Amino acid sequence: METVTLTESQKKARRGRNIALGAVLLGLVVLFYIVTLVKFSGGMVG
Amino acid sequence: MAVIEHHETIPGGGEVYLSEASPRDFFELLKPRVMSLVVFTALAGLVVAPGTINPFIGAIAILCIAVGAGASGALNMWYDADIDAVMTRTAKRPIPSGRIRPQEALAFGLTLSAFSVAILGLVVNWLSAGLLAFTIFFYAVIYTMWLKRSTPQNIVIGGAAGAFPPMIGWACVTGGVSIESVVLFLITFLWTPAHFWALALFKMRDYDAVGVPMLPNVAGEATTKVQILVYAVLTAAIAVVPSVLGFASLGYGLFAAALGLGFVWYSVGVLRMPEGDRAMVPAKKLFAFSIVYLFAVFSGLMLDHLIASFGWVL
Repeated sequence: METVTLTESQKKARRGRNIALGAVLLGLVVLFYIVTLVKFSGGMVG
Repeated sequence: MAVIEHHETIPGGGEVYLSEASPRDFFELLKPRVMSLVVFTALAGLVVAPGTINPFIGAIAILCIAVGAGASGALNMWYDADIDAVMTRTAKRPIPSGRIRPQEALAFGLTLSAFSVAILGLVVNWLSAGLLAFTIFFYAVIYTMWLKRSTPQNIVIGGAAGAFPPMIGWACVTGGVSIESVVLFLITFLWTPAHFWALALFKMRDYDAVGVPMLPNVAGEATTKVQILVYAVLTAAIAVVPSVLGFASLGYGLFAAALGLGFVWYSVGVLRMPEGDRAMVPAKKLFAFSIVYLFAVFSGLMLDHLIASFGWVL
């Protein structure tokens, strides 16, 4: 079976991209959670 | 952490593209330095606008404006990759250097555009989201795809894209557009030609090599120098208007006037620069000062507003 082996730099780059994407998704979850709190409290939070 | 060692066989045995792009490369697509200016001027619009905004909502507004500006930067780099590869200033950007493929940059730019506009609309208001969408469209389509390669007035008209952020910040708080926010827009709009043509003077050969009709290449150095001075005078004048209209104090007006004199002074230095001067030191000085100038003017506006808010007297 013909396969493609990732080089070390490709692995490192992909890991970095995955972590960054995960961080962005987590950030969006937190953002929407706090926005919901702010909106539901009539803008009084903060 | 487990890392997949192998891919499945590729049907047809074609070449596989495996990206080595790091998050830093994608961040570079956002033109972080331009973004910092956008964040700063948008913040000024947000702070100076009458009324209040929840600090968290305000922070999201700034984030969305920054991401939207970054997205338009990515779309600009996608479209301009051919000329970026030739110019020394831009040859090391992620696409011409081969770290990111054009399709990746396009997808990245479009995704961020959609997310930034949608979140700004849902969280803040749809007028500011509409203005942000128009800004991205203006920079990516009107400026990058159309004006940049077709007219030496490219930067004059295209500069509008960079001038919208304070107006968006203002719209985030007030939900509208007013004469005051138009003045904030005009400060950056009128500043851009002098700032960019100073750069174009000492990077003239670069623009010439790729056929981008920047004013120095098309109309010559002498005309460019006069135009720089004209726009510097206009910028210095409009920067004082907030004080005249009453949404900034006399103290701010004097501060802006002094900065404006500096801006005009450096422009006169460029005007006096001998034709064919290769070092172009006055143009480089004007370029550097122009950045300080814009930051200082918007800092002054914000500081003035904060002082007025707390009832301090100078």
